Amino acid sequence: MTPPGARRSTPSAAARGASASVLTGTHFMTGDEACAEGGLAAGCSFFAGYPITPATEVAERMAERLPQVGGVYVQMEDELASMAAVVGASCAGARAMTSTSGPGFSLMMENIGLAAMLEAPCVIVNIMRGGPSTGLPTLVGQQDVMQARWGSHGDYEVIALSPESPQEAFELTIEAFDLADRYRTPVMILSDEVVGHMTERVVIPPAGEIPRPPRRGRKPPRKGFVPYLPDGRGIPPLVFAGEGYHVHATGLTHDEHGYPVITPEAQERLVQRLVRKIRAQAEDIVRTEELYLEDAEVVVVSYGCSARTAREVVDEARRRGDKVGLLRLVTLWPFAEQRIRQLARSGRVKSFVVAEINCGQIAYEVERCAEGRVQTTLAGFMGGRIFSPEELYPLVQEALG
Amino acid sequence: MIERLKQAPPLDPGAARNGWAKGHGDHPLDRFLKEGRIPHIWCSGCGIGIAFTAFVKALEKGGFDPDKTVVVSGIGCSGRAAGYLNLDTFHTTHGRPIPFATGLKLANPELKVVVFSGDGDLSAIGGNHLIHAARRNVDLTVVCINNFNYGMTGGQGGPTTPLEARTTTTPYGCAEHPFNLIYLAKAAGAAYVARWTVLHTYEMRDAMIEGMNKPGFSFIEIISPCPTGYARRNKLGSTLDLMKFYKDNSYLATELDPDDTALPFKGKVAVGKFVDVEKPTFMDMYNQYVVARAKGSRK
Repeated sequence: MTPPGARRSTPSAAARGASASVLTGTHFMTGDEACAEGGLAAGCSFFAGYPITPATEVAERMAERLPQVGGVYVQMEDELASMAAVVGASCAGARAMTSTSGPGFSLMMENIGLAAMLEAPCVIVNIMRGGPSTGLPTLVGQQDVMQARWGSHGDYEVIALSPESPQEAFELTIEAFDLADRYRTPVMILSDEVVGHMTERVVIPPAGEIPRPPRRGRKPPRKGFVPYLPDGRGIPPLVFAGEGYHVHATGLTHDEHGYPVITPEAQERLVQRLVRKIRAQAEDIVRTEELYLEDAEVVVVSYGCSARTAREVVDEARRRGDKVGLLRLVTLWPFAEQRIRQLARSGRVKSFVVAEINCGQIAYEVERCAEGRVQTTLAGFMGGRIFSPEELYPLVQEALG
Repeated sequence: MIERLKQAPPLDPGAARNGWAKGHGDHPLDRFLKEGRIPHIWCSGCGIGIAFTAFVKALEKGGFDPDKTVVVSGIGCSGRAAGYLNLDTFHTTHGRPIPFATGLKLANPELKVVVFSGDGDLSAIGGNHLIHAARRNVDLTVVCINNFNYGMTGGQGGPTTPLEARTTTTPYGCAEHPFNLIYLAKAAGAAYVARWTVLHTYEMRDAMIEGMNKPGFSFIEIISPCPTGYARRNKLGSTLDLMKFYKDNSYLATELDPDDTALPFKGKVAVGKFVDVEKPTFMDMYNQYVVARAKGSRK
């Protein structure tokens, strides 16, 4: 594997890493490795993590690659520390990420809440395995979907993306960093053991062809600077420690100056903004992939590795002449609410079949958006393996009636 | 769903500046304080303010660049220190200021990063992070205010509460052995370890400067009275009584003997500088060893 030949000499380590770190070429790599390479291609210069199956390969790849490209890899003492370090690095201006799986994700929740409260952009990769508790360390699950949304205490909204292949894991990790900056929020990559451990072709374009929008606009003047004064979208300006703004950032409820203000009024203003900055712009963030939805009567809703089986089932149904379509959720959070309501109200769709490896975490959302107009079927599997098309197909047949 | 949220009141510039102080800037050290943050939350007689003043004086005397000095606190009375300083400051989650500071420092090694927090935050819920940051020798300065109890929540016992001492959660006297924090820090690998009481204002200030100038992990324990919580329940008297106690019972030590430096209930207090060694920091090793080899391994 050869990194790109042209290495520009730029002033900061992060910027230096940005051009050198794109592993342009066609590779055969796992979803875990692709997440790491996606992070590097996005200019990630800091990774703090803790080994955990099936996410260890993300950390291993970062341990090898970050020192090559001017970044810092540190293995922390646990996931509490890993996530705290990621938020700290984010506040110092690094593009920072970590990776984990279920049990570690639970420990990270505390400081994911801090990231949401400080509005510190960062990326958390969760290669989901079967739970609860230690569960199935080496085997697949998709049971952390709701935890990703609201696993930390209090009210907030985050963004979560779900790749179905190593190629998409690479691309979504890049996108995750841009979304994190744009909305000043933690962004999750909710992958799973199957996608994380499968090896497929990953095409990494030349550095110049990877969109790298600037992290922020012009730096605001220091005089009279109000750190949490939001723009029209509800998002405050992105500034970093060491830039001279002298910002106080606290996990306590705070006002626009960043000072703790323990009043119901401050709480209303802050929490509503934290939630609305994502909710009000959900339609700009939401991404889905649609297959045969123009005339579908049964819509299979799926994501991550499950969508691969769903795709096979939908193709097979079409070969047999059944009007079945696929709605693949690329973003899990915010939820593709409008699209599902639209389908439910179309008068054409009779049924949603939600195929996922849990007991209905997305199915409940689909049922909510179906508003009683359309029947929702949960094709739920508890994990340990990816379900087969033969298992899903009869449920789709049933929905067709 | 019809959302009927309470209309969030818009930003009122006047209200947002609630508590903005008249006369800010009259004192020469005011430049180190954020305008409008004083009065602080600490009780009268609390020692944290003395340690805080020593830190501000350390900033002044040490000549540290306010644009490049960052203070990180956890949760608790001492954890409120960060919010008063006119620097980049972070008030993080309970127990996690050290790993948060680790991220800050490793992501931008230009920053001088100080953790200012309490004994409960740093040695109970954050105890694991303390020993590992010392082991890694991350270039941080940790100022640990030890008042032997959890003051913010009303005076509960913790890992530094001496045997027999009474707190709200040790109503019959503490039956657990306490940590000797400086011994712990040394054993875990800290490059600089000192302990002073809030009576030792100059020594404390100079230790902070030394710690901040020391490459590697510095740990400074400050013994401090908590008149509202710990002292009252143990009938230790007022802060003035405790200052007299520190004067009569503290003694300068250099050897970090675990027994001699332990802090038994109403016992003597060994103070001084106990560790001051040169050893490569995390970033020294990372750059000179890991990065050098990684560059060589690139095909």
